[in-house]
Amino acid sequence: MRLEPVANPGLIRSLGFPAAALALSVVVASFLALLAGANPFDTLGLILKGAAGSQFAALETLNRATPLIFTGLAVAVAFRAKLWNIGAEAQLYMGALVTVLLGTSALGLPGPQPLILIGLAAMLGGALILLGPVFLKTRFGVDEVVTTLLFNFIMLLLISLLLEGPLKDPMGMGWPKSPRLDPEARLPRIVEGLRLHWGFALALICAAAVWVIETRTTLGYEIRAVGLNPRAARFAGIPVNVVLLKAAFLSGGLAALAGFSEVAGLKGSLTLDLSPGFGYTGIIVAMLALLHPIGVVVSAIFVAGVFVGADSMSRAAGVPTYIADILLATALLFMVLAILLARYRIVRN
Amino acid sequence: MADKTEAREVVLRLEGITKIFGNLKANDAINVTLCRGEVIALLGENGAGKTTLMNILFGHYTADEGTVEVFGRTLPPGATGAALKAGVGMVHQHFALANNLTVLDNILLGTASLWSPGGGKDAARARVTALAEDFGLAVDPDEKIAKLSVGERQRVEILKALYRNARILILDEPTAVLTPQESDALFETLRKAVEQGLSVIFISHKLHEVMAISDRVLVLRHGKLVGETPTSKTTPQALAELMVGAEIDQPVPSEAKPGAALLSLRGVSVHPPGHRTGLQSIDLELRAGQILGLAGVSGNGQGALAELISGEARPERGEMWLGPAKATKWSPRAALAAAIGRIPEDRHSTGSIADFSITENAILESYKDPEMSSAGWMRWSSAVAFTRQLIARYDVRCPGPETRIRLLSGGNMQKLILGRALESSPKIILANQPVRGLDIGAVTYVQERLIAARNEGAAVLLISEDLDEIMGLADVIRVMSDGRLSPEFPRGSVTAPELGRWMAGEGFNYAA
Repeated sequence: MRLEPVANPGLIRSLGFPAAALALSVVVASFLALLAGANPFDTLGLILKGAAGSQFAALETLNRATPLIFTGLAVAVAFRAKLWNIGAEAQLYMGALVTVLLGTSALGLPGPQPLILIGLAAMLGGALILLGPVFLKTRFGVDEVVTTLLFNFIMLLLISLLLEGPLKDPMGMGWPKSPRLDPEARLPRIVEGLRLHWGFALALICAAAVWVIETRTTLGYEIRAVGLNPRAARFAGIPVNVVLLKAAFLSGGLAALAGFSEVAGLKGSLTLDLSPGFGYTGIIVAMLALLHPIGVVVSAIFVAGVFVGADSMSRAAGVPTYIADILLATALLFMVLAILLARYRIVRN
Repeated sequence: MADKTEAREVVLRLEGITKIFGNLKANDAINVTLCRGEVIALLGENGAGKTTLMNILFGHYTADEGTVEVFGRTLPPGATGAALKAGVGMVHQHFALANNLTVLDNILLGTASLWSPGGGKDAARARVTALAEDFGLAVDPDEKIAKLSVGERQRVEILKALYRNARILILDEPTAVLTPQESDALFETLRKAVEQGLSVIFISHKLHEVMAISDRVLVLRHGKLVGETPTSKTTPQALAELMVGAEIDQPVPSEAKPGAALLSLRGVSVHPPGHRTGLQSIDLELRAGQILGLAGVSGNGQGALAELISGEARPERGEMWLGPAKATKWSPRAALAAAIGRIPEDRHSTGSIADFSITENAILESYKDPEMSSAGWMRWSSAVAFTRQLIARYDVRCPGPETRIRLLSGGNMQKLILGRALESSPKIILANQPVRGLDIGAVTYVQERLIAARNEGAAVLLISEDLDEIMGLADVIRVMSDGRLSPEFPRGSVTAPELGRWMAGEGFNYAA
């Protein structure tokens, strides 16, 4: 057997296969629910109800989706340029750190100015820690998978150090937790009384912006060219290394906004458990969306729904929440397979 | 020769091998026989079909027609590993060795049973040492690959094949990465192998090596076996002529009216990374309204020259002048700004982006022009209009500008790249192997366009391995050999055998 490229994948291959991948992962999850002694239909129903069954559940899902949209976009932009940014987690924490540093220092600016300033500074922070590894890649050929991955641990240890030391909240009863943000640095709720903050709206705006950049600007064209064939791009006069640095700047900035949005919109302070792996889950989100920025929004809400729904299902049905991880992991595996099979057909010798 | 073949045992027989890719016949009814204790050379330019033939032998491709027979047994078509089991060993140009393992481990890799950890290693070491001694392949079995020189690594590859009881050795461009001394040692090894009854296929396009090592030469060209002769009865010049052969149906250019030099190289040297041939202090002038044909066996520095002119590489020593101005800050973008139209050697990997649409490929070099984008925003509607124009003017057969370029045939892809280069009215045109792999119709079309551009005053540098293409199109001819350039020969003042001698490296001043 071998793989042969498909000349022109039609609608069935390019959309039907990914849909089939999702369906298959649900089948696998159902089987596991059966193993855990629960009725699979009830389990899936409970997950769905827990994710979107009520206004509270739906808003909880959107809240959980918000950081995933940012990290998913960050990964999608970088992967589009074949820049393997595995460090969205580190960039997220950098964004959160900048948010806390500026947000607790009483900027005293009127209106939304402090938030805009903090948001931009957070993006800059996240962008800068991705520029380092990418500079090493373009200059010396250092593999960015390794460097960006290691940055996650460096960043987490740095935050841990700060939260035990200079950043520790004096009023925090000894917990490793930063002081709370000034009110001027908090992202308000979109509708008063509903638990959904402006971070979600910002995430949607960013997704639209990334889509416009990728399809309408010279930078997007350059990023796609470099990702698909760096050699031809270089020959045609596209400054490949500069484009990679620009893509890194965009990617790091987007991931940092996840940290900004979580701290300023939801938590109000920085703790070590700010992110339960949003940076890594962003990779799943981006892959499920086939790197499409609008698709990222959809897949982030799907992934968040699975997590939120599984939490509530677990309480009701007693099936462990790990089923959410398995569901997403199998969805990712099947999706990778579906992408491959959409572009190649298997030929028997 | 016939007596000799019949008298000796035939160990490998390829019969009537035909392989067609799309509209390209990569192998056209090729017959090869190899006898016990014989070295045959497979000679041919890039794209002549050597690699395809070997891939068929090893089952990586299935031949459309023909059979492969090793030691009298027909191999099942398309079965990878069948040739290896039957006793055929191949040493690739790029070695397949694990750098962090020892020589012995590399040789055992894939042969030792997983169920005998550590067992049999001493016996294996003894066998490897014995083989190394028999064949003059001095190498320490316990040394790590990473510490070995390129020549030593090649010896390990040969040992690997011998350890697996290969009775037929195939060496693909074995000397491309070796120093002359290492090459001599390799030839010594091959002689010993032949004495012990092994047979060798030596794939190369270096004429003097073929003359030195082989008993019989087979010349491939455009997928056809165009010549088969005992080495003792031929000359390097005759082989060079066979290799580049006679083309049909070429447009005949009118009298040239050369003008001023638009691009000059003065004492330029370049050393590309890796083991590729660079440029050794060359002088070159490209004049307006003239086609300069650069002949030569591939791998003699043409790649380095093309990279230099296209902006991918910079002169390390010497100067490059664009008309009256010295070129500084040289880059692909600078080359485009200097109105150099470029047709790269490899249209698939360098000239186009396979998964981009025709439009996206058409504007690769011009997307920053005000017509295509302004202030960072793409103007897709004018890009599509431009592409439609190219498609119409250069006769690109395609469903439409949104089609992915990977779906086009080689000829149509090349027409688009040609159009992209010519549409900006370049003053200098770099055409590197512009018609390789194209069907006859596309060949004529591309050549006519180049002549038309020259008639309008462009300076054209035509790099080709096809001597007839050069002799038919070029107003002046130069030959490249080992990074050096021959003097200029005006059209008609030189014969193919004379050029063949220059290609074989004669006539150059080695002291320089």
